[in-house]
Amino acid sequence: MSKVMVVTSGKGGVGKTTSSAALGAALAQAGQSVVLVDFDVGLRNLDLILGAERRVVFDLVNVVQGDAKLPQALIRDKRVETLHLLPASQTRDKDALTAEGVERVIGELRERFDWIVCDSPAGIEKGATLAMRHADLAVVVANPEVSSVRDSDRIIGMLDSKTRRAEAGEKMEKHLLLTRYDAGRAARGEMMKVEDVLEILAIPLLGVVSESPDVLTASNLGFPVTLHNPAAPAARAYSLAARKLLGEEVRAEPAGKRGLMSRLFGRRAAA
Amino acid sequence: MNLLHLFNRNRSAPVARDRLQVLLAHERALGGRADLAAVLEKEILEVIARHIPVDRDKVRVELERGDHVSTLAIDIEMPETTVARG
Repeated sequence: MSKVMVVTSGKGGVGKTTSSAALGAALAQAGQSVVLVDFDVGLRNLDLILGAERRVVFDLVNVVQGDAKLPQALIRDKRVETLHLLPASQTRDKDALTAEGVERVIGELRERFDWIVCDSPAGIEKGATLAMRHADLAVVVANPEVSSVRDSDRIIGMLDSKTRRAEAGEKMEKHLLLTRYDAGRAARGEMMKVEDVLEILAIPLLGVVSESPDVLTASNLGFPVTLHNPAAPAARAYSLAARKLLGEEVRAEPAGKRGLMSRLFGRRAAA
Repeated sequence: MNLLHLFNRNRSAPVARDRLQVLLAHERALGGRADLAAVLEKEILEVIARHIPVDRDKVRVELERGDHVSTLAIDIEMPETTVARG
């Protein structure tokens, strides 16, 4: 049974592409066959985060428009052989993706992969709605910051109204992935706590990824963080999230290293 | 920044800079036009299709853009019968 998962947020720069790459790689490392689909037409970046930018020939728009067959556009990762990428196009044509074309491609991908991870563009325009359209479940990426949480709330509303599942009256599974979290600052009251964000958005928590230098290092090198340094706290958070997605019962680790102050005054970051 | 950082040989920023330079050189040269690799693939397939039936599902295209040299590999599965006839 294949699953279509959209990684979305509304706001830009919160870590959608980083999270798509890391979750996709973690699922593939767990033995699943995975395709990462970059829906950010015009501004593709997932190829760069995966280190596959030199190998892009065809893209999602070529496949949607029938100029290339799906197998020709798929790029297989050189490190994890069950991980694949369907890159976005660099075209400026806003209407390059059609609803019918995307539906056909998602259908073809369902026949080939266990997981279809759709990396949504920022915003609430056509690209974002097409990325979530066929999803079975959604990962809402948010930072503990007011504008990000507000935009996440709007996206949750769209997931509950604009997706095929929602229109069919079925349940849309949604998970919160909190990124760029700083447990120390949260403990000192300088940043909203995990619990605060969870209370506001009222969707289950998939994971908490701490602000971490490993994320930049991994993207510099073109590695998903789970591949670059599996022991890094950010990588462990993503791997744990992937195991949760696979239905494992896992206990979250506390987010980030906790300093003396946070140990004295802080509560556990992730329950 | 401490001394350890200064002398850390596993610096990733130069790798990031090099990757971007190669990628952007290619993208700027294209200026929104179709990638040469895509054009070549299409035309090569057209020539081959004149002689043998080509199943587009059985064509694999691999590209590796390098700093100085890029390689395009097009892998076409030819049916037994056509090879024997040729």
